[in-house]
Order: sequence, then structure tokens, then C-alpha cells
Amino acid sequence: MTEPDAAVLDVRNLSKSFGGIRAVQDVNFSVKKGELLAMIGPNGAGKTTCFNMLMGQLPRTAGEVHLDGENITGLEPRTIWRKGVGRTFQITATYPSMTVIENVQMALMSHHKRIYSILPFATKLYHDEAMALLELVGMPEQAERHCAILAYGDLKRLELAIALGNGPKLLLMDEPTAGMAPTERTKLMQLTADIVREKNISVLFTEHDMDVVFAHAHRVMVLNRGELIANGSVNDIRNDSKVQEVYLGGGNLFSDDEHQHA
Amino acid sequence: MELIFAQVLTGLANAATLFLVASGLSLIFGVTRIVNFAHGSFYMLGAFIGYSLMQVLPGMFGFWFSVLLAGLAVGVIGVIVEICVLRPVYKAPELFQLVATFGVILVIQDLALLTWGAEDVLGPRAPGLKGIVRIFGEPVPKYDLAMIAITPFVLFGLWYLITKTRVGVLVRAATQDREMVGALGVNQAWLFTGVFFLGSAMAGLGGAIQLPKGGADLLMDFNILASIFVVVVIGGMGSLPGAYIAAVLISVLNVFGVSYLPSSTLVLMFVVMAVVLMVKPYGLLGREEVAGEHGQVGEPERPIKPAGPKVRLAVVVLLAALTLIPLFGSSFLSVLATDIIIFCLFAASLHFILGLGGLVSFGHAAFFGGGAYVAALMVSYANTPMELALLLAPLGAGLLAFIIGWVCMRLTGVYFAMLTLAFAQLLWSLVFQWDEFTGGDDGMVDIWPAKWLAGSTSYFYLTLILGVGGILFLRHVAHSPFGYALRASRDSSRQAEATGINTKRVQWLAFAFAGAMAGIAGGLFVFSKGSIFPTELEIARSFDALIVVFLGGVKTLSGAVVGGASLEYLKDQITRFEYWRITLGIIIIVVVILAPEGIVGTARKVGERLGWVREQEGLR
Ligand SMILES: Nc1ncnc2c1ncn2[C@@H]1O[C@H](COP(=O)(O)OP(=O)(O)OP(=O)(O)O)[C@@H](O)[C@H]1O
Ligand SMILES: [Mg+2]
Repeated sequence: MTEPDAAVLDVRNLSKSFGGIRAVQDVNFSVKKGELLAMIGPNGAGKTTCFNMLMGQLPRTAGEVHLDGENITGLEPRTIWRKGVGRTFQITATYPSMTVIENVQMALMSHHKRIYSILPFATKLYHDEAMALLELVGMPEQAERHCAILAYGDLKRLELAIALGNGPKLLLMDEPTAGMAPTERTKLMQLTADIVREKNISVLFTEHDMDVVFAHAHRVMVLNRGELIANGSVNDIRNDSKVQEVYLGGGNLFSDDEHQHA
Repeated sequence: MELIFAQVLTGLANAATLFLVASGLSLIFGVTRIVNFAHGSFYMLGAFIGYSLMQVLPGMFGFWFSVLLAGLAVGVIGVIVEICVLRPVYKAPELFQLVATFGVILVIQDLALLTWGAEDVLGPRAPGLKGIVRIFGEPVPKYDLAMIAITPFVLFGLWYLITKTRVGVLVRAATQDREMVGALGVNQAWLFTGVFFLGSAMAGLGGAIQLPKGGADLLMDFNILASIFVVVVIGGMGSLPGAYIAAVLISVLNVFGVSYLPSSTLVLMFVVMAVVLMVKPYGLLGREEVAGEHGQVGEPERPIKPAGPKVRLAVVVLLAALTLIPLFGSSFLSVLATDIIIFCLFAASLHFILGLGGLVSFGHAAFFGGGAYVAALMVSYANTPMELALLLAPLGAGLLAFIIGWVCMRLTGVYFAMLTLAFAQLLWSLVFQWDEFTGGDDGMVDIWPAKWLAGSTSYFYLTLILGVGGILFLRHVAHSPFGYALRASRDSSRQAEATGINTKRVQWLAFAFAGAMAGIAGGLFVFSKGSIFPTELEIARSFDALIVVFLGGVKTLSGAVVGGASLEYLKDQITRFEYWRITLGIIIIVVVILAPEGIVGTARKVGERLGWVREQEGLR
């Protein structure tokens, strides 16, 4: 996997039905190394469902997922994580009973396979690495705060720090900027773009704010009613007639709306 | 064939009472999410009140009118309990309310004793339904037939109420989504009260209607408690038809059990429950319980820190004070202190799995009693020295917890709790019925510590070292990566699984570890008393620990220790009085209402308000 355009993630014929609802239909795409790939689409298009299948949180109806050439379809989320895939959730998932830095330390302890040890004090393990990650996402001064009282935007950033804990090669970010003010959004995406460049990570993210998408994504895919209807550069997508139709035909891609559902 | 038919009829008749009472419990749980331990007490009250009414209301009309009135009266009592005891604690952490209902049990026990005396009461026969009829030549009491006939109407009536009326729509909405009821513009408090009325009335009806068959006595409350929980769980929490099917299943099987395999009767229903839950984790007709679906109640737990110098100093001072007990106190005090430390270790081990792991076990006594029996059996049959027996106790209990945990781990929430209860009950009946090996009801005696530890003083020091050592060890593990992984699995299994943590395995091992620690307590216990009886495996023992953990405060280990010490001391002090239950019950209820975060949690809050303890930012 050394050639520059190699795919980190390869998704083939991925489908998911919930009873009669075909949430994701025959989706094919790949994520290239170092790429910041956006997946956009109206509410209910199937983005989160896609993510859940990629990371193993949902069993798929059909299709295959390959990570660096290895078939990871049907593996448990924790196994996929160990292979280098990190994820943030549309509805944040953190450990509210812990401090901010302990949230990150937890991921580091897991990465270093220390979760079954009972002798050391957890707070003393990987403290500096955790701090470094918090600095990376711009919240070092909040390290000792109680996670339960963080603002929503900060939770999103904390999740990012957690997801970076095992030095992933691929990050899946489900609406990373939801619940943030416009300036904060740009800042977070800039930060993500920097991380992608520095650590040579690939990122697949969903986003409802088109300004954010068009400003930062290297490539954009459009999902509508579970089907991939377009896949190309920012400019291609802007001018794509099918995409325009989705927008104009009652789609809400250009508007700034936030819907919270898993 | 004829006999079997008659037996099925008997089973169906027994199912009537079970269904009436269980459906009330199911309703209350479905809507309020309260695990109402006092439901058996409502049933008992129904029986006694019905009996008293039947003494004054004559004839067939009087009989049935008494049954109805008893139901209504118990409904009203339920409302009083709901308003006075439960309303103040709805905002408390989940399951905290069950402690309050436990207090209610104690109060009602003594009130019933005061009112109706200790004698069992024979139920009056139902006028007009006294004799028997012969069906295929087998005698079947007429009253049984009446009960069989009534139940479908009750089921239909309830079903109609729940599915076809506006009240029912609200109840169902509340069962599925509590917030939604608020959105519908309904006063949630009164909906809860209404459901409590209905649920308690069902229990009261059940108690009164079974009078001609079973009479009334002061043990009815606990005797039916396990069965109705089993019925509700087998049927699926909140499902009325499920409760009916389960009641029939259990009752019919029980009748056959009594006839063909008498030794099975104590465990039969628990075996059925275990099997059903292993195949259908949410009961026969239950809906999947999504964890956290009903919203976390109360504040999130606060971060924990390794003990600072001040806390360490305090622990050292406390330990020093404890070591002085035998020097200055009586030997009686040493024995009491030994009991207290053992109980605190037991409670602390439950706290580990319940507080940190979020797994509510209703059967933790299995590991306390299990450890005790392992030690006792080793001493009696293999002449094992005390030192080795004390080591084998936690190993045995840990192994037991390892096996039971493996089975229970596929369930969550109340279903998990009930399956642990089932296994504890299984173990209890095994010990109870296997006389030749375990001594059965007579227990095992003559299990004394080694010579160098004979005498209450030296044994006190052993308990101090092992008990306090065990508690400190539990505390240390809570602060270790494993303890953190356990809390992470509780806080967000989604995140934990997405970052490489096998949450089920972490919880399973934690369960086994907690079992082993309870086993140490059990081992210490058996040598301190010189004997062991099946009571140490009983549901009541599990509940003791549960109550203590909640009462002290679920969120901190010190809560379990403080709670354990308080309860054990209190019991020692007040069981000398005749009506100690009502005293203890009222104390429990008062503590629950005044300290909804548990003793330790609330003390900290008060400390913060008074400025003695540093306040944490931001938490309302
Ligand atoms: N567990 C489920 N059971 C049944 N249907 C589901 C389930 N999860 C998602 N769906 C349905 O699948 C479709 C896709 O949902 P998904 O959450 O993937 O959309 P999304 O693109 O992430 O939307 P949003 O932008 O609102 O987050 C929707 O119609 C949704 O209702
Ligand atoms: Mg989504």
C-alpha cells in the first residue's frame, strides 16, 4: 500500500434494509490515503447507517468492506478499531463520570492493552500522551474538567481526541461540527484538515453545512435515499444536475439544519 | 388422564391469583420504572382487609363486595405510599426507589402484626361456591372453577383499559417513552399515582380473592414476592398477556411438580425463568429494553481520584481506632465489630459490580453464602485447616460467579437482576434440599477458627486485616485501568466498544471478582459464627446488601461501607424491641427521603453547601 493513490478503505455493494426500508442500497466507494472525503445527503439518506456498517456497529444486509486490502466485513467494532479505524458519533458518546483527560486515557489504556491490569492507578497512565491529544484538538485547559459538564461542541472535540488515541489510519466522523457555532465549525474542520496532513490519516465525514464541506473536503459523495448519486470533486458536485435536483426538489442540503438522531 | 386434567385446573386456578398480583406489578414497573418490592405487602394487606370485611359483610354479596372493597382499600394505601414515600424520590438515581419500597415492607409487616396478630387466619369459604364438582370423576373445588372463569375477564378488562381508553393510551405512551407523556400535556405525577392505585388494587384483589384457598398470614408478602417477579419477567416486563401466560405456566408446572417431583418445587419456577431468559432475553412477550432508553435519572457520577494525603490520614486514624476496640471495649463489642466489618466487605463487593459496573444483582448472597459453604464443606469433609479454607472460599465463590456471570451477561437491566436472583435461589434450594451433604435446614455447625485465632479478640484482628484489606483492595481496583474500563462500559458501551474494550468481558470478569470478594466475607463469616445456615443464601440476604449500597450512596464505595456499618449496627440495636421492623422501616424511608443521594452523597452535598467541602463547578 505504498503508491500515493492507494485506497485505505474499499466499500463494495454495501446494502442495509430495516424490514421494508432500504436505508442503504448497493453503495460503492473508496477512501484514498490522506483524503478528506465528505459524504453528504439529506436527513435519512443513510449516512449514519453506512458508518455503522463500516465500523461493525450494525450487521450489513449485503456487501463487503476492505481496509488496506483486508476484508473487515462482519468484524466487531473493537476489532476494527484495533486495525486502525477511529470513529466519532453523531450523538456524542463519552464517559460522563470521568474527567476529560481520563476519557482520552481510557482509549490509550485500551490501545496499549492495559484494561485488564489492576495494579497501577489509571490516572497516572499515559497522562502526557493524553494531554498531547487534548492539545491537538485545542482543549488542554479543560483536561481536568468533569466530562458531564462540557458544552456540546467540546464533547465533539473530545470525541475526536479519543478517536485519535490509537493512531488510526482512518477516521469516520459523523457530523463532527453539529451543535457548533459557524466559526467553531470552520476551526474544527481546519484542525481536522491539519491532522489529516500531519499524520497522513484519511477521513470520511458527514456534514450538513455546505460551506464547511466545500471549503475543506477533497472529494464529495452524495447519498440520497440510500443510493450514491454522485461522487467527485467539489466543483463537479456543485454542478451536478442530479445533485441539484436533490437540493431543489425539497432536499435541504444547502440549508443549515441540525437533526439529531443516531 | 383425568387426574392430569384436574391438575391443570388446579394450576389454572392458582394462576388467577398470581396473575392478578403480577399484572399490578407489571403495570407499575412499566410506567414508573419502580421495582416495587412492597407489592407482596399490598397482596398481604388485601388478604387481611378482605378477611376483616368478610367478618362483617354476610352472604354471597358480602363476600364479593368484600373482595372488591379490599382491592379498593389497598389501592388507596398504594396511593398513600406513592405520594408520601415515592414522590419525593422520583428524581433519585435509578432503582433507588426500591430501597424506599423495602422500608414500606417492614412498616406494613409490623402494622399487620399489630392489627391482626401473629396467628394465621383461615379464609372464609365463598358462599355459594363451597363444595366440589366432579369432572371426569376427579373432585374440583367450585371456587377453583370460579377463579378460572374470572381471570380471562380481568385480563380482558385490563387489556381493554390499556389498549382502548385514553388512560390506557397514556399508560402505554409512558411505558414506552416517559418524556412523551409530558409532551402530551399530561401531569406525569398524577399518571404515576393513578397507575399505583390500579397496580396496588390488583394486588389487594389478588390477596382477597385467594382467601378461601390460602387464608392470610404474615409471611405472604415475601412468599409471593419472588413468584410475581418471576411471572413478570417470564412474561416480559409490562406485558399483560405475557404475565397471564407466565402465571399459567408457572402454576400448572408447580402443581405437577408437587405431585411428581416434590423436591423440585422450591426451584422449579426459577429454572423455568432461567431457561426462558436464556432463549428470550426479554421474556416471552417483552419488548427489548434499550439501555439508557429511559434516560439517566439524577446527576452523572463524579470523577474519582486516588486518595489524597488527608483521606489516607483519615483511614489510618480510623484503622487505629478500630484496633483499639478489643483493648477498651467488651468482647461483645468485638463480636459486633467483626459482624459489621464482614457485612461491609460484602456490601462493598456488591458496590463494585453495582456502582461501578451498573449491573444490579439481586442475588449477590449466592457468593457470600457460597463462599461460606465452600469453607464449611471443606472443613467438615476434608478437614481443611482454616487458613486454606479461607483461601478456598473466595476461589469457590469467584468460580461460581464466573459461571453464573457467563450466563447472566447476555441480559441487561432488570432481566439481569432477576436472573441473578434465580441463580441465587437455585443455589439456596440446592443447599436447603441436599440434607445429607449440606445439612439442609439444620445448617453446618462446629466450624471454628484455628487455635491461634480462637477467641473473639484475635478473630476480630483477622477480620480487621482481611475485611478492611479487602475493602481497600476493592477501592484500589476501582482506580486501576480495569476499574476504569468497567466504568467506561457502564457510561457508554458504544464508545467503549468502538475503542477496543470488550465490555461484556470486562463486566463478566468484574462480576466474578466481586463474587470472589463476597466469598472472603462469607469465609470470615462462617468461622466467626462457627456455623452456617441456608439463610445466608436467601433473597433477604441479597436484599440487605442491595439496600445498604443504595442507602449509603451508589456513587461511592464509602457509601457502601457507611451504609453497611449503619445498618448492621442499627439492626443490632433495635432488634431487641418487639416492633423493630416498623422502626427500621421508618428510618429507612426517612433516610431515603432526606438523603436521596444516599448517606454519603447527600452528606457531601450538604458539606459543599456549607463550604466544608470544595464544590465542583457547574453541576447545578
Ligand atoms: N435501527 C433502525 N431501524 C429502522 N430504521 C432505521 C434504523 N436506523 C435508521 N433507520 C432508517 O434508515 C434511514 C437512514 O437513516 P440514517 O440515520 O442512516 O440517515 P442519515 O443520513 O444519517 O440522516 P441524518 O442526516 O438525519 O443523520 C432512515 O430512513 C432511518 O429512519
Ligand atoms: Mg446521521
